[in-house]
Amino acid sequence: MPNEIIVRVNGAPVSVPAGATVAVAMMMASQPCRTSVTGEPRSTLCGMGICFECRAIVNGIPHSRSCQLPCEPEMDVRTDE
Amino acid sequence: MNNGARQGFEIFVIGGGPAGIAAAACAAEAGAQVAIVDENLTLGGQIWRGGTAEADSSDASHWHSRLKTAGVVTLCGKRVFHQPEAGVLLAESADGLSHLRYRTLILATGARERFLPFPGWTLPNVAGAGGLQALVKSGLPIQCKQVVVAGTGPLLLAVASYLRKHGAEIVLICEQASWSKLARFGIALFGHAGKIGQSFQLAKELKGIPFAANSWPVIAHEAKAHEEKAQGNNAQGNRVLEAVTISRAGKPTTLKCDYLACGFHLVPNCELPILLGCRILNGYVQVNDFQETSVEKIFCAGEPTGIGGVDLALMEGQIAGLAAVGRRSEAQALFGKREKFRRFARILEETFRLRPELRNLPSDDTLVCRCEDVPLSRLREHSSWRAAKLHTRCGMGPCQGRICGPATEFLFQWNPDSIRPPVFPARVENLAAMPAQSQPRSVAPAELE
Repeated sequence: MPNEIIVRVNGAPVSVPAGATVAVAMMMASQPCRTSVTGEPRSTLCGMGICFECRAIVNGIPHSRSCQLPCEPEMDVRTDE
Repeated sequence: MNNGARQGFEIFVIGGGPAGIAAAACAAEAGAQVAIVDENLTLGGQIWRGGTAEADSSDASHWHSRLKTAGVVTLCGKRVFHQPEAGVLLAESADGLSHLRYRTLILATGARERFLPFPGWTLPNVAGAGGLQALVKSGLPIQCKQVVVAGTGPLLLAVASYLRKHGAEIVLICEQASWSKLARFGIALFGHAGKIGQSFQLAKELKGIPFAANSWPVIAHEAKAHEEKAQGNNAQGNRVLEAVTISRAGKPTTLKCDYLACGFHLVPNCELPILLGCRILNGYVQVNDFQETSVEKIFCAGEPTGIGGVDLALMEGQIAGLAAVGRRSEAQALFGKREKFRRFARILEETFRLRPELRNLPSDDTLVCRCEDVPLSRLREHSSWRAAKLHTRCGMGPCQGRICGPATEFLFQWNPDSIRPPVFPARVENLAAMPAQSQPRSVAPAELE
């Protein structure tokens, strides 16, 4: 298993430690997980799948809770607008 | 319609933290057929998530190996969202829907952090205390990052110690409790041999980290300098935390930081117990001596019955597991130890009770409900949680009030009125498995206080 995995966050490649969650990749890329109903950028709050602030578009699937989802090579991650 | 996988066990344990693991292991060791269900990808709960504070790890490996030896079936990555009929739970996972059929249920749903709104608390890089720790445990590099840890409760110290061990610079730990309360807490620890050992270890690890009592965050500041650079579609990426203003023993102090890890102690996860009809007393699931709830054949252990930490959770889990298989005298033998840990829980509650000044933290335009972006000013117009929900959509977003509910309970003394299935947002195809008219579970006002 490689030590690093490359995923794309809003189009840009990001290298994350193997086993890292998607929420971590987004934080490392300084990209918000989602945009709130009034347009604020948001990122992970609770880290345990309860607050839903970390929901992002992962491989085209919207509302994915990124803090519960491990990164996989070539994953495409986008801010949930 | 996909009817999903069906699995039946004598005993289902919901929640794979210390309480659930202990309950499942004890019940299975007595010969029962037991399965443990957790929504996370691995067991351990929040405290034993992916290798934890050294003080707990020997306990964790002891219980993990007992669980394995006893032959407990582990179902991870499944989130229970509904009970369509007595004895059957519906759970959702990445690979679809499961029907979990049980004779006896042990609820060990744990706790979450309480968050209080203050200006700037919705900025990226403002996370829970346990929240930031969970992110670091999930791979977030924290080396050389400046972190302010704030809020209340023993978790702040454990988080600060963990983050520093992983290379973070802890700028300050801000604890809202007063020195006099903390001193009484320190003295009370002397009655608990195990606790005092743990706290000496922690004190050693925390050596050199600035600590302020009577202190709390008042504003989290956005990185303004970056805004000019951030033109075009990447603009949002740069709206991030830069500093936090702390009220430090009455005086405002602004500290630069990369992360603010902020949580105000813990609140129990009672949504599933309420859905199943368990009686709630003073905000916690009411249980008898054998950890049995008001609903026959449903037990509850750990934080939902009172916030007491890992030792109390393990003791309650063992009692629930033994009682669930009829080994009442063995369960009874543990009552004394449990009482000792319950006394500690009462001291925790008294020490870290929120001071009333924290009600003034949010300003009119501070968002209280982060799902629906409802500011404080709109909530002030209403007199109850139900009215606020109906008129402002506060608590109606995906978290279903799990974050703003405990906040409004503190700010306005509002109480939740009911829990409707599904207790977590579920996919439409899985909702189709729910019966047509699911009535909300009401909590009578008398049950709340």
